[in-house]
Amino acid sequence: MSEPTTVRKPGSLWARLHLRERIKDRDTAIYGVLLVVVLVWPMSTYYATGSSFLTSQAAHAGTWVLLAIGLNVVVGFAGLLDLGYAAFFAIGAYCYALFASFQLQSSPLHHAYHLPFWLMLFVGMFVAAAAGAILGFPTLRLRGDYLAIVTLGFGEIVPQLFLNLDQWTGGINAIGSIDQPSLPGWITGPWAGATSIAILPNFNFSYDPTAYYVLVVIMIIIAVVLVTNLHRSRLGRAWMAIREDEVAAAAMGINTVTTKLLAFSIGASFSGFAGAYYGASFGLVSPDSFLFVVSITVLVMVVLGGMGNITGVIVGAIAIYFVLNNVLVSLPTNAESFANAVGLGFITKTNGDWPGLAEEARRLQFLLYGLILVGMMLLRPQGLFPSRVREQELKHDAVVEEETVAEQVPTR
Amino acid sequence: MSVGDLGFFLIVAIALVLLAGEAVAHPSQFAQVLVFGLADGAIYALVALGYTMVYGIIELINFAHGDVFTLGAYVGATIMAFFAGASEDSFLVANLIALLITFPVVMLIMGAVNITIERVAYRPLRNAPRLAPLITAIGMSFLLEGIMFLWHGPATVHVPDLLPHGSGFQTTIGGVFISFKDVFVVIAAAILVTLLAIFINGSKLGKAMRATAQDRDASQLMGININRTIAATFFIGAVLAGAGGMIWGLYFNTITYNLGFRTGLVAFTSAVFGGIGNIPGAALGGMVIGLTAAFSDNYIGSKWTQVVIFGILIGVLVFRPTGLLGMRVPEK
Repeated sequence: MSEPTTVRKPGSLWARLHLRERIKDRDTAIYGVLLVVVLVWPMSTYYATGSSFLTSQAAHAGTWVLLAIGLNVVVGFAGLLDLGYAAFFAIGAYCYALFASFQLQSSPLHHAYHLPFWLMLFVGMFVAAAAGAILGFPTLRLRGDYLAIVTLGFGEIVPQLFLNLDQWTGGINAIGSIDQPSLPGWITGPWAGATSIAILPNFNFSYDPTAYYVLVVIMIIIAVVLVTNLHRSRLGRAWMAIREDEVAAAAMGINTVTTKLLAFSIGASFSGFAGAYYGASFGLVSPDSFLFVVSITVLVMVVLGGMGNITGVIVGAIAIYFVLNNVLVSLPTNAESFANAVGLGFITKTNGDWPGLAEEARRLQFLLYGLILVGMMLLRPQGLFPSRVREQELKHDAVVEEETVAEQVPTR
Repeated sequence: MSVGDLGFFLIVAIALVLLAGEAVAHPSQFAQVLVFGLADGAIYALVALGYTMVYGIIELINFAHGDVFTLGAYVGATIMAFFAGASEDSFLVANLIALLITFPVVMLIMGAVNITIERVAYRPLRNAPRLAPLITAIGMSFLLEGIMFLWHGPATVHVPDLLPHGSGFQTTIGGVFISFKDVFVVIAAAILVTLLAIFINGSKLGKAMRATAQDRDASQLMGININRTIAATFFIGAVLAGAGGMIWGLYFNTITYNLGFRTGLVAFTSAVFGGIGNIPGAALGGMVIGLTAAFSDNYIGSKWTQVVIFGILIGVLVFRPTGLLGMRVPEK
């Protein structure tokens, strides 16, 4: 026990920065850590591995972060369960892919369009938002679970449509060689493997994977700022009110249908935005990259990260992306090298019914993902970093629950 | 009758008129599709019952249910392969005995599996945020699929063809091909659904289930053991799903590890179509969706079937969210 100190040394830099207080605010701390990692990531991974692979992988993970931020608006803020979020993602991606490749050459239009990426990014966003509004308008009157079911159906229909309308979309053959975005100029440097900092004129994004990384980081920052402000706005409070009690919110004068519709379309617009980006960065858009599993994965990211909390959702998205694309994918090779290292080399070979350790580990992926989901939810049903408000509510609920149980038990 | 109901019945009427036109033009083809549709629909009905019961009692979309169905087919195939005397070529008494043993065993195993799932993944989260059990349901679905994948790999698994088949057990009536299997599927499903209805309406446990679905707290005050009732619901749902899986396996003779995903979604659509939480509704919805799928396969093209089914799902929810037989319930 130390004595209570009332006088703080005024000259200390530590005290003046109020760093301790700032770190105590969890969200600020997470943003700070993320920002530092984002800044040093391209350079450090380039020097560690000698290639920009990890940077482009991070750029890909950024798509998921965008998706998770968007779904968080729908699920976390407004409390509407959307099980077909990948449909809007598909709409955004196809929107860009159709109008920025040679695909429409072979369609009944017989003319290929090559619209610029920067325009289509926003077109994709608006088309997805419009699709969300069209779907939401008749269905948002419904109770929560029915909306989940409608979106589930929608999420199943949209990829199937893109698959079946092969005259236009190429169907199962997918749309390839999609145009890459270009800029009048770009700065390259040691972070991308160049020897010195230089300015590249007439820059095309296919030259340098770091460009996508920078783009997605900027997009995420814009999205975070937008969503944070929305959350604090009148609309954000209306969403929260609806989430907690729709009837009471309506009684307080909130137009529940419009408010929910806005949440739904704003969420969808993020998905369309991410879709256009995905189409460009991946260069290939195929109907089976937008299946139900994608919607579920984004939902898992949101719930696991902590619904309603933007930092939590970002961390959740990165964590799930890492598990799915690194831990599980590299499991077979890791298991094999581990077995060889500890002298169990014989179990890596195929033997009768035993398909070999690598194959077995590959088959285990699905199971492990399921186990991780169940385990995480059982350990932290509120998510990794739940929003402060919700955390308080949950605690309050739990207390009330205990009280009622205590009341029920007594006399016998 | 509201505008929504009117729209709903209008769409149904148009579909029926179109089908009737088709029936008059090509009666034998129509009847043939009808037979396939009924057989499919019977299986969907069995699976849909599990969805609707679980949703009715704890308002959870149990995504793992479709995989319990597939697991039933997997376990059934394994058990049936044990019966060395059972020959696939013809009808033997040995086959009959094998089936009579396998069916109850598979149903009980699936019931036990589903109770375990409920105990491990859903019960601890009963007072957690609503999305948490949904995520564990999805996790359990992946887990079961993973187990089946690990068990037999990605290839299709052959199910022994133990039902009587061959020239002696099929007939053509007026150009319509009917085999014993078609009849078996429909009758077996009908028996199971009837038994379930009797159980739910007649037994004490069935009464407890209905009470718990209506108001959990009130039924607890009336002395109903909520945990046991919910576990029993999962058990019965899985028993039906296991039977459905067995029937599917015997009917089509091939299964894959991810069969339950698509079937589960379709069965869930059936449950919603009939009115979620409503047991006769789920059975009816399963039949209707099975028939719709068969008609759509035949008249529109099989690649559009999924679009048709989920389009119906959205249409039903927009025009008549309570489903075919559901009643309007006040919001809790």
